[in-house]
Amino acid sequence: MSLDLFVSHYNYWVVILLMMVGFYILISRGNLIKKIVGLNVFQTSVFMLYISMGKITGGTPPILVGDGHGGDAVEHVVYSNPLPHVLILTAIVVGIATTSVGLALAVRIKEAYGTLEEDEINRIEALVEASE
Amino acid sequence: MSIVVDIVLVTLLAVAGIALLRIRNLFAVVMLAGIYSLLSAGLFTVMDAVDVAFTEAAVGAGISTVLFLGALALAGHHENRPGHTPLLPLIVVSVTGLALVYGTIDMPGFGGADNPVHHHVADHYLKESPNEIDIPNVVTAVLASYRGYDTWGEVTVVFAAAVGVMLLLMGGRRSRAAAGDNGRVGGDGQAGGAGDR
Repeated sequence: MSLDLFVSHYNYWVVILLMMVGFYILISRGNLIKKIVGLNVFQTSVFMLYISMGKITGGTPPILVGDGHGGDAVEHVVYSNPLPHVLILTAIVVGIATTSVGLALAVRIKEAYGTLEEDEINRIEALVEASE
Repeated sequence: MSIVVDIVLVTLLAVAGIALLRIRNLFAVVMLAGIYSLLSAGLFTVMDAVDVAFTEAAVGAGISTVLFLGALALAGHHENRPGHTPLLPLIVVSVTGLALVYGTIDMPGFGGADNPVHHHVADHYLKESPNEIDIPNVVTAVLASYRGYDTWGEVTVVFAAAVGVMLLLMGGRRSRAAAGDNGRVGGDGQAGGAGDR
């Protein structure tokens, strides 16, 4: 494996590592709040993947230099891609909305069952079903 | 130089992610998740996404930490040791991860100006938005004008989520109080205590 490939893909690979850490927390941990944290880690890794793809080496943030109406100095400025930034801005806000609904559900589950652990909830459910 | 900062931040993020996995005190997990968000905000700044960086710092590291702390105050902060062996999840995660890494081999390298993603509409936004919208910040121009419907949908989602949270936290409580608090399933003293707080 060449060093070039490593440097040019390091971001993507760490993003995948983080994505899998989030995925692993989500499927292997029983605590519901920990699961939501895992979902957030997964989500943030997707944000990083998108932003990585929008970056241009030597570029500047996509805020126009000067008055924005051309002029020859502007021709030499390289801007990073604004489109992934817009998509991820939307995704961050939607992410916090889904997180808050998930946390509210967790609080209600805690009130109803007295626990947030998945296996204990299943046990209580089985007991309730058996007694009916 | 910025590639060095990038690699350091990305490595710190990986360390924070793995620490998140191992810690079982949920209070510490939430604090670490805040640090993780702040690190990712730093990474976004290095990658020229300044608008995303301040949104992530405010929403990811700020609001979401507060929400998690509120949920912990209502629901307690101890996590049990996982009862089953983690072998099956590990296999699933490794296979998925390897498939994704295999997929990235063909991807164009990080930071290339000729990458396909930079053509198509991005060019148009950068060249034409000063004439069509006349806002120096292209991200704002795209967010509020070219993709205004996206933002409108986003606001709808936030509204729906706010209504959902209010119904979950208040509606349930009121109807239970009316029913004499016998709607609980596994009712032990703990649950009532959490509701009173």
